[in-house]
Amino acid sequence: MAEEHIILKNIHKGFHRNEDTPTIALDDVTLTIKKGEFVSLLGPSGCGKSTLLNIIAGLEKESSGSLLVNDRPIKGPGNDRIVVFQESGLFPWMSVLDNVMYGLLIKKVPKEEANKRAMDWLQKVHLGKFANSMPHELSGGMKQRVAIARALVMDPEILLMDEPFAALDEQTRMVLHKELEKIWRETGKTIIFVTHNIREAVVLSDRIVLMKTRPGGIKNIFPVQAARPRISSDSLLIHLENRILTELEQEMEKVLKEELGSDYALKTDHLRVDPHSNMGSDI
Amino acid sequence: MLILIAIWEAISKFEVFPSFMWPPFIIPNDPGGVTVVKTLVNGLISGQLLLATGTSLWRLILGFVIAVIIGLLLGFLIYKYKIVDDTLGFFVTSLQAIPNLVWMPIAILWFGLGVESVIFIVILGAALSITITSSTAFKSVPPLLIRVASTMGSSGFHLFRTVIFKSTVPQQIAGLRLAWALAWRSVLAGELLGGSGGLGTLLDLGRSIQAMDLIFSIMIIIGVIGSFIDNFVFVRLERMVLKKYGIQTTP
Repeated sequence: MAEEHIILKNIHKGFHRNEDTPTIALDDVTLTIKKGEFVSLLGPSGCGKSTLLNIIAGLEKESSGSLLVNDRPIKGPGNDRIVVFQESGLFPWMSVLDNVMYGLLIKKVPKEEANKRAMDWLQKVHLGKFANSMPHELSGGMKQRVAIARALVMDPEILLMDEPFAALDEQTRMVLHKELEKIWRETGKTIIFVTHNIREAVVLSDRIVLMKTRPGGIKNIFPVQAARPRISSDSLLIHLENRILTELEQEMEKVLKEELGSDYALKTDHLRVDPHSNMGSDI
Repeated sequence: MLILIAIWEAISKFEVFPSFMWPPFIIPNDPGGVTVVKTLVNGLISGQLLLATGTSLWRLILGFVIAVIIGLLLGFLIYKYKIVDDTLGFFVTSLQAIPNLVWMPIAILWFGLGVESVIFIVILGAALSITITSSTAFKSVPPLLIRVASTMGSSGFHLFRTVIFKSTVPQQIAGLRLAWALAWRSVLAGELLGGSGGLGTLLDLGRSIQAMDLIFSIMIIIGVIGSFIDNFVFVRLERMVLKKYGIQTTP
């Protein structure tokens, strides 16, 4: 468990909108993720959390800094790190089964074997019956299950999830949280989960990396020590949620002030009781 | 349809126009006289019309296939390389504004009166149209699908074959349908001017011997073939693909 799986060191990422003033998306990000760990990247939009995920995926290149996976530097995308996106991104011209088999056939898995493994995973996400359906016949939640099955069938060491449940309704999301937690416990994958939903991060993660904006980077890291399987009404989780919310609000206030002018003030309850009982510490 | 034919016959019977200008459709004006239907049937039986139709269709298909290959290739290059888009892309759009037939004098000078000229303008017309529709189609491939495929380990030609091209199929078919219509027009216009056999040349012959019945017979064939291919090939193909891809169509 304690083995270091992903090591990010001083990662910088800038976008050149125009020559003189590059926008800094990520500034000096250093983070180590252990094997089998479930880490959430949490933050408001524009904090570079998706950029960071894409860099780990190899879909984007860091401007400077080093990124090691299993002590080896990353060169482009690889099927040891599969991404699940916010939208399922299923190929509309392929049946559900063919979609799940797509990556396996690239890995040159024989067709029968690929078929069998794909069916296995479809059954694990409770979509065995829909193997021959076309993607447009499925609901949003079902599509996202297929996307998860398509990623996991590749047996990647690392599963990268970019707000995978953000477009789903609350009920579907809760069901999928439970299923994802179960899959994670059974397979022991390292999961990096990008979200802007505090509750989602708290319920699922071992560690939460709270990110800041302008420049994007890490603001704070919260370990989540609640027992699994998690119950969202666990008092520990609720306290943690409040603590993160407080920090996030400061961040949001900063952003809004920049965007709307200095006369903006977020109506914050400054007499919030700190979960650590050091009352009034954040006045 | 029946009403139209009835009106046609009436105009002919009352001799509003002389009968060499407006021949009867079905019922001859004098015993053994010409009618459009008779000419059509005789022409088909004797093989003269069939042969001409075959000649035209063969040129159309040959030109169209070459145009599809050129068009898809250029469309892909425009999508792939920005420099090609800025230069060739702009050029193609300007060329497209020139009606096909305008190229005929150039074609005749370059290739002479013959098959080559006809096929040249078929290719030119259809290829330009396909280049534009296919480059637009390639440009509109959702980036998400490309990212999904690359995270699965697809790249290069595999990525193009399994994702980029597949994702454009509905738009490509719509583009081919448009190009096909253009190509059909070009074939006939080319044959009409370039005179090298085929339905177009036969039309010109009809004009010079004042055989209006022949001209109308050929026009019927042209119309029937045009709408047959559009309805039975392209519309069906389009519907099939749209259904498979789950694309909603407004009824």
